[in-house]
Amino acid sequence: MTDTQTRVSPAAEPAQRPELPALGPGGALRFLWTQLTSMRTALVLLFALALTAIPGSLVPQRKVSPVAVSDFIREHPRIGPIYDSIGMFNVYSSPWFSAIYLLLFLSLAGCIVPRVAVYVKALEARPPATPRNLGRLPAYAKADVVTTDRLLERAAATLRRQRYRVDIRDGSVAAERGYLREAGNLLFHVSLLVLLLGVAIGSLFGFRGTSLVVVGQGFANNITQYDDFSAGASFRDSDLRPFSLTVKDFRVRFETSSVQRGAARLFAADVEVVDRSGAAPRSTTLEVNKPIQVGRTKVHLIGHGYAPKVTVKDGNGDIAYSGPVAFLPQDGNFSSAGAIKAPDARPERLAFQGFFLPTAVVDDQGPRSVFPDALNPAVFLNAWYGPPKVETGVPENVYSLDTTGLTQFKDETGDPLRFALQTGDLIRLPDGKGSIQMDGWVRWVKVQVGETPGLPISLGAIGAAVLGLCLSLFVRPRRLWIKISEREDGPSLVEVGGLDRADARAGLSDDVAELANQLSRPEPGLPEGSKGSGAT
Amino acid sequence: MNLEYYSNLAFVTSVVAYALAMLAHAAEWATARRVDADVSVEEVREPALAAVTTGQNARSAQAAAPIESSQTAARPSKEADRKRVDQFGRVGVALTIIGLALSVGGVVLRGLAAHRAPWGNMFEFTTAAMVFVVAAYLIMVWRVGLRWLGLPVTLLATIGNGLAVTVFYVAVAPLVPALHSVWFIIHIAAAAIAGAAFNVGGLMAILYLIKKRAEERGQVRGYLTRLPSVRRMDVLTYRFHAFAFPLWTFTVAAGAIWAEYAWGRYWGWDPKETWALVTWVIYACYLHARSTAGWRGSRAAVIAIVGLASFWFNFIGINLLVSGLHSYAGV
Repeated sequence: MTDTQTRVSPAAEPAQRPELPALGPGGALRFLWTQLTSMRTALVLLFALALTAIPGSLVPQRKVSPVAVSDFIREHPRIGPIYDSIGMFNVYSSPWFSAIYLLLFLSLAGCIVPRVAVYVKALEARPPATPRNLGRLPAYAKADVVTTDRLLERAAATLRRQRYRVDIRDGSVAAERGYLREAGNLLFHVSLLVLLLGVAIGSLFGFRGTSLVVVGQGFANNITQYDDFSAGASFRDSDLRPFSLTVKDFRVRFETSSVQRGAARLFAADVEVVDRSGAAPRSTTLEVNKPIQVGRTKVHLIGHGYAPKVTVKDGNGDIAYSGPVAFLPQDGNFSSAGAIKAPDARPERLAFQGFFLPTAVVDDQGPRSVFPDALNPAVFLNAWYGPPKVETGVPENVYSLDTTGLTQFKDETGDPLRFALQTGDLIRLPDGKGSIQMDGWVRWVKVQVGETPGLPISLGAIGAAVLGLCLSLFVRPRRLWIKISEREDGPSLVEVGGLDRADARAGLSDDVAELANQLSRPEPGLPEGSKGSGAT
Repeated sequence: MNLEYYSNLAFVTSVVAYALAMLAHAAEWATARRVDADVSVEEVREPALAAVTTGQNARSAQAAAPIESSQTAARPSKEADRKRVDQFGRVGVALTIIGLALSVGGVVLRGLAAHRAPWGNMFEFTTAAMVFVVAAYLIMVWRVGLRWLGLPVTLLATIGNGLAVTVFYVAVAPLVPALHSVWFIIHIAAAAIAGAAFNVGGLMAILYLIKKRAEERGQVRGYLTRLPSVRRMDVLTYRFHAFAFPLWTFTVAAGAIWAEYAWGRYWGWDPKETWALVTWVIYACYLHARSTAGWRGSRAAVIAIVGLASFWFNFIGINLLVSGLHSYAGV
């Protein structure tokens, strides 16, 4: 991405690329050509990047919401598989998207590296030689001077104070400033490369996983405790830091007034962390914007929900299951879906599927929750039974019920058996097959545990990029030349010419006139002596 | 005292003030049609704008009313027309100042009513961003004589605040826990200011294209003659974007830092994040196009307008049509 900022007057053009003459005219043309093409290429690639990023925001993404993806495929049986085959559900890791940004970074690197070399040379170069005819520059002013004594030195000193690089030669002063513009430009583009490096390190060595922890229970940082887990190619399970935490309490508050009723107002989990096995536990609070840090591992609070506590007794009267069962929230009012499984129930195993409603209301829309807090908690369940199942070791979804091999309980009229339970309620299943009791409910929190090793690099790169961007957009390079002409028939003449190399600059003419005016005065600091005669 | 009530009152009144300002500017444009295309008008403004000549105090020339009572003595009716054009323009600016004062009052009262920074939902963000848009415009009216942008700016402000009080409106409420962060102030304020500069720059780009087209057809008439030279408009457009782009970069970066705290990942391709990046890339295209031969001028201006469209889609389209983690509209 070569940046040929600014239209410079042709007279000054050769001077600003000191390396060009060495290439010869053919090389110079080729150089210009590659420069043009690479800039166009970069533009095209930038556009392509913007365009290809769009579908990922409109089509559901597998990484963000796998459920939405399968829903989409089910609803669009024709276009779904086509989308799937071209990576529409994984846009940001698809080959075409990766190709575009990798090409873009390649073009960027191919452009930046030579420019750094050019810039390093330019840093040592003297300001460009004074043009013969200053009057042809975009800004020009002249003034009569009484004496040329030390005039150039004075001019040089003035310009040095204004942070120009100054060179006195052949009876003229050449001055240039604004070298930081290109430096900022390069810094910005290099920072983008470093940012990519930081992101790459993060995705190679980092990991991220989530775990659902019922209040009162704990989480140990072990691969088996994660509900879902993804890690970079260079990550090893042994890299997991051996810490554990226990969720003591989870405090939630929802808006109860009429405005934004039901909106969350407080989420805070009181947890006890054991930083490494054997260490003394420390108490801390986990909140939405306040992750817990254990070494380089961060623990975030990213979700919460309800777990009804139930006791299931089997046909023999033995307790087949007792404890909380996490249900997954389905809507903003935490209507939560889940399954209660008692595979050890005998003579026949039992299973239940249904909803937990924190504020249950039954109306013509059926049972639903009307508020996210647990004001009137109830579970609404269907029940199944079936012969004991052989343990196969195949993992199954704990939140939904696979009813293969199971028979649904029916009520007297032959309809599927449906029942609602509130805390303390007990339902006996037909034919003495068992019973289920709701003992209460408890909250659970979803924690995300992860490490992103390249984070400081990315953060530093972003900071440097913003700084570089500001320099490259706000520093205004300028060249000034001052020439003194002795005249036989009158006072000497001081000429000032100026050229801005970034076109976002105003006031060049004023500054040039002011400088001519200033130099025409006998000594700095004295009241105005001779008038500058500014002209274009 | 019910702060929320007075805040709403201020916003509704500001819509009226902006609408009247827009009418005044529309009258300014309409009456300018009667003043013939007169190159001298442009020349009066040009020295200050092109910044090529020396000696003159550029600022005073810029700040002065565009029409000086110079070369028009021979044409008294034209002179009267020009005066009327100018009067309408002044009335427009005065009404815009009133509208801005009302919206600032509305935003401040809203913040006091809610006990937090007043940009927690779509209504609040729109009204706050409109304050930045109009303030940026008025500052530039004062500094570089940007009054020629009055019609589109007041149109935008009328629509913006009008939509806010009618469609986006939600009553004062506390924030959800995800927004309890110092980044709430930094990230969103930066977004509002960058957005304001993009909007003003985009409006300029639109006028630039209109004038450029008219120039190419040789039909610069009516109000178009009163706009600065296309070159000057291009530079001003660039300056607004050059100001906004680093700030937008910072906005996205600040959002990423906040996301790392709040959601445990700095980038997750949430629709809002994606469109912020798309907008960023389009504006990066604009900056690159401006320094690429063959892309300068009209093409760059078109890219700037596409960037603005992307910004607006990210704000309105993503907020209302797509669900994501940034669903704070509350509408």
